[in-house]
Amino acid sequence: MRPRTLKRGLIALLLPALLATACVDDPSSNAGASGDDIKVGILHSLSGTMAISEVTVRDAELLAIEEINAKGGVLGKKLVPVTEDGASDWPTFAEKAQKLISQDKVATVFGGWTSASRKAMLPVFERNKALLWYPVQYEGLESSPYIFYTGATTNQQIVPALDYLAAQGKKKMFLVGSDYVFPRTANKIIKAYAAAKGIEIAGEEYTPLGHTEYSTLVNKIADAKPDAVFNTLNGDSNVAFFKQLRGSGITPQTTPVVSVSVAEEEVKGIGPENVAGHLVAWNYYQTTTTPANDAFVKAFKAKYGADKVTSDPMEAGYNAVYLWAAAVAKAGTVEVEAVKKAAGGISIEAPEGTTTIDGENQHVAKTARIGLVQADGQIKEVWSSPGPIKPDPYLKSYDWAGGLS
Amino acid sequence: MGALANQLPIGLSIAAVLLLIALGLTFTFGQMGVINMAHGEFIMAGAYTAYLLQGFTSQSFLIALPVAFVVAGLMGLLLEWSLIRRFYGRPLDTLLLTWGVSLVLQQLARDIFGAPNVQVTAPGWLVGGVDLLGVRLPYNRMFIIVLAVLCVVGVWVYLTKLPQGRRMRAVVQNRELAGYSGIATGRVDRFTFLLGSGLAGVAGVALTLVGPVGPSLGTFYIVDAFLVVVAGGLGQLRGAVLAALALGFLNGYLEFWTDASLAKVLVFVAIIAFLQVRPQGMFVLKGRTLV
Repeated sequence: MRPRTLKRGLIALLLPALLATACVDDPSSNAGASGDDIKVGILHSLSGTMAISEVTVRDAELLAIEEINAKGGVLGKKLVPVTEDGASDWPTFAEKAQKLISQDKVATVFGGWTSASRKAMLPVFERNKALLWYPVQYEGLESSPYIFYTGATTNQQIVPALDYLAAQGKKKMFLVGSDYVFPRTANKIIKAYAAAKGIEIAGEEYTPLGHTEYSTLVNKIADAKPDAVFNTLNGDSNVAFFKQLRGSGITPQTTPVVSVSVAEEEVKGIGPENVAGHLVAWNYYQTTTTPANDAFVKAFKAKYGADKVTSDPMEAGYNAVYLWAAAVAKAGTVEVEAVKKAAGGISIEAPEGTTTIDGENQHVAKTARIGLVQADGQIKEVWSSPGPIKPDPYLKSYDWAGGLS
Repeated sequence: MGALANQLPIGLSIAAVLLLIALGLTFTFGQMGVINMAHGEFIMAGAYTAYLLQGFTSQSFLIALPVAFVVAGLMGLLLEWSLIRRFYGRPLDTLLLTWGVSLVLQQLARDIFGAPNVQVTAPGWLVGGVDLLGVRLPYNRMFIIVLAVLCVVGVWVYLTKLPQGRRMRAVVQNRELAGYSGIATGRVDRFTFLLGSGLAGVAGVALTLVGPVGPSLGTFYIVDAFLVVVAGGLGQLRGAVLAALALGFLNGYLEFWTDASLAKVLVFVAIIAFLQVRPQGMFVLKGRTLV
């Protein structure tokens, strides 16, 4: 080896080590608060197949942080977001979560979308006794003491959707989902519900994440002739599914598809003309009429562009930041155990209406809403629950759900 | 029974999609031996071309086809000229290199167009479908089948009837001899790469009819494209056609009888088993060089 190459090699070897020590030897590193700043972590997939959805949640969370800072911050300190990319890869989520906790010493983390990413992060947060705010509707049957769930659990989204379909006289359902934990668990719940209420399940199909070939599946649906399709597909697959469904002659009039992971942002990517007339189940739409939502939509468009839309997970991420800030203000510290204790009963006027943290299971009470996709890409509410539904992640209050947890 | 009959056109249309995405690769991978992981991103470039052109005229979708060919082709040309030609004969390095390029292109698309999928509106005459003897034929699928056939015929004419195509085959079969005979092999390589990448662009436009248009579009198709080329035999047009048909019908019927995840596994198993028996693929180029 020539001397020059040797020297270069040495530098290459030493550089990462130097950088690593520089990061670890941060003197001002106690529990996220240092001087006039509070560091908070944001951990979403900014690349890979889930980036389509998660980038928008990050944008909403950054907006909330900016708004809180403009009003003087939390405990008189400014929030400083530290953003990491989970890259649609579950081990990466665990790794980056650990990095945010032990290296950046963030006070809390807002992050995740897929249940697989949450399940990967859960042990990291429990081990480090750190806090995660998870902003997406999910399959329930979980309640970690170190996670706050600001999206809907099943009794606030899937069960009301099933009630709605049953009330519409739908007797035969076809289940379509991506092949991972959320759709499989959701369908387990749906099947228990169907068995109790005399609804026939005409088919149950799963496709890998990122699957784009749906003609066979559409053919199976056409063959089974269900009254409705319950769709738990996630990510890009929804685009392929709806585009290929449209050519098949299955119309929303004869067979409506109810989706639980298709919001305004996804409708835009699918093309409103391909999904108009089908149903979705969420807790918030851009068209929801509350004073807080007018302000949220206006601020979001002002920051990111007039052509941007707001959706349920974005709103849940936005709420998460405000709920955490309110809990910190009540606790008077960013210390995790104190914040957890203060969080129970915290209530804010969110864009979706009043949302209150349930201290017992760390979920939030939310109003369920069924929406109809319009040709302009917006979603019109066709039904809503009378008021916020108390979260019940283990479906303890439903007698048909006895064998699930 | 109706559903089973319906699987026939479905198998055919899956085959057409496979063929479209793999046709360009039969040039770059098959003819030149370049493992081009960025092929999927040329497909993506084609899809985004359709996105950018829509709304200009009523026929912008058809106009997008040749434009995407030029856009993706030029991208391929640039890639060959700037990087790949320095790596000929080093397949593993090329693989890593083009994989890196594909990641760069994906991120570039994400920065330019944003991470969410964008909407490409299909022209009105491709919406809907027709029932023929109880079999449902969606127009967008029929269009993809016709386009795939046209592309195959075009490539076949190019390879067998045109002097450039003959030169290309000469370079593939014996690079040194072709060079000694006065063929500018470097220029032929560049042109081959332009054609292969351009075909990927055309595939990208067609795929906007049935699939998502986003930064990770290429990653959904790249593996399938390589499978077709490998199973068909390197550099063999008829091999690619046959392999695409076989995989299309296999996929369609296996998924019909089982489910999507299992069908994928079974198709992989079938390909591995097939390559054990015939490592060179369905067809092999007969020549005297030891490759």
